[in-house]
Amino acid sequence: MSDETLLSARGLTLSFGAIPALVDVDADLWPGEVLAVVGESGSGKSTLLNVLSGRMAPQSGVVWYRDPARHLHDVHAMPQPALRALHRSDWGFVHQNPRENLRMGVSAGGNVGERLMAHGSRHYGQIREHAIDWLEQVEIDARRVDDLPRTFSGGMLQRLQIARTLVTHPRLVFMDEPTGGLDVSVQARLLDLIRGLVRRLNIAAVLVTHDLAVARLLAHRIMVMQRGRVVESGLTDQVLDDPQHEYTQLLVSSVLQA
Amino acid sequence: MTSPATGYNFAYLDEQTKRMIRRALLKAVAIPGHQVPFGSREMPLPYGWGTGGIQVTAAVLGQQDVLKVIDQGADDTTNAVSIRRFFGRTAGVRTTTHTGEATVIQTRHRIPEHALREDQIIVYQVPQPEPLSKLESSRAETRSMHGLAEYGLMHVKLYEDITRYGHVSISYDYPVMVNRRYLMAPSPIPAFDNPKMHMMPALQLFGAGREKRIYAVPPYTEVKSLDFDDHPFRTTRAPHCCALCGADDSYLDEVVTDDKGGRMFMCSDTDYCETRRAQGHVGPEAMAAE
Repeated sequence: MSDETLLSARGLTLSFGAIPALVDVDADLWPGEVLAVVGESGSGKSTLLNVLSGRMAPQSGVVWYRDPARHLHDVHAMPQPALRALHRSDWGFVHQNPRENLRMGVSAGGNVGERLMAHGSRHYGQIREHAIDWLEQVEIDARRVDDLPRTFSGGMLQRLQIARTLVTHPRLVFMDEPTGGLDVSVQARLLDLIRGLVRRLNIAAVLVTHDLAVARLLAHRIMVMQRGRVVESGLTDQVLDDPQHEYTQLLVSSVLQA
Repeated sequence: MTSPATGYNFAYLDEQTKRMIRRALLKAVAIPGHQVPFGSREMPLPYGWGTGGIQVTAAVLGQQDVLKVIDQGADDTTNAVSIRRFFGRTAGVRTTTHTGEATVIQTRHRIPEHALREDQIIVYQVPQPEPLSKLESSRAETRSMHGLAEYGLMHVKLYEDITRYGHVSISYDYPVMVNRRYLMAPSPIPAFDNPKMHMMPALQLFGAGREKRIYAVPPYTEVKSLDFDDHPFRTTRAPHCCALCGADDSYLDEVVTDDKGGRMFMCSDTDYCETRRAQGHVGPEAMAAE
């Protein structure tokens, strides 16, 4: 294992009964890098994300995380309080459906401020200022800070979720189909936004998507999964322009050319 | 005083039950603000009338104790009179309405105005012991939130209140941090009474009968009402003085006196009001009556 990796997985294996979800999966993530995991439905992408983020335990294999003080942690052997603290501060999770992550009965400002308050912020004015600043960063009108999320459109909800996740400046963000279920113009704008934020804040991200265009736009490196196995991995452009594995070739050729 | 009823154990509950409750109480005192489960018994009064408080009182009551029971500050309401008479009959203990004379005070929704002493115990009746219950419905989740001291959610509620109303709108059962560790529901006492819990010399015990939880604040323990640095906790009280005794520092009840909009404000703590009147303090209403 290289000395510089942020997150490192070795030999992850997990099956649901007879169905293999992960078969001996290795993965490495360096600081500031975006890694895309692509594949069709049921190929184990989301399971991999859940296992990497410690939300689901593998049957075998290990996930190492290097904290800011350069100490290595075995994610699945970490005590529950430490893992929960990690998820609140250093890590973030962006769900496909923003309603899973947001509190729909709490104002946009409250939603963005929750992680700050969980972190110990006890100054209303500062929390609000931060919230407004972040709403602006994700291109939501600052005047909507007191509105409830249920008055927001789908694309705004997803941007609000991103603001809520990034407000504590996490070093590592897990994204599960962040642009899924949005129409194409909203998707493009969101992708642009995510790309800008990730680059500016130097955030490392593991991005699960079935959309090769999303991977092409956002990711530095790509892993192609099929039936729980990583069939091909490498630099995004390299893999997509010159796919070696037959399944990757199939994926790339199946994308409609506009 | 009526003579003790025969056929009942001292203070109604059997000794094994009292021991079980005392074990829960000891644990509760050892971990201030932590909710300890206990085997709550059926009591001869309905849930919501103080089944938790009455069991705690029964467990701590001794033959030499002097009992005072208040309901919303008053000694003379049905609930207070019934519970006082209950222990008068089943334990034969002396009862009183004077805060200063009592050694055990069972209360519903108030803390007496008269400062409590080290040799006194105050027992609160608690309907809902879980301060996070309205924000997180899963008890398994709130338990782990308490275990890991993850109380950001409670501040989200305060944040929302300030955003919507400009101030925290919780007027009773205002959440407190006990000993800088556990978030605790102080039972539905007015936020006005919250500062009295801080560093109180008396032992504070809380019993929730229906929810089967006991918790406690030992004497001289830090109890801090939640707030923001730039929106500090403030108590509110009706901007009047007591119509009967003229007190301008006590918590007031608004009493409607007729159907023409007539109303008066008077101390909710009846003992405090009576003591003041006995000392010669006269309020505007009482003065007009003379």
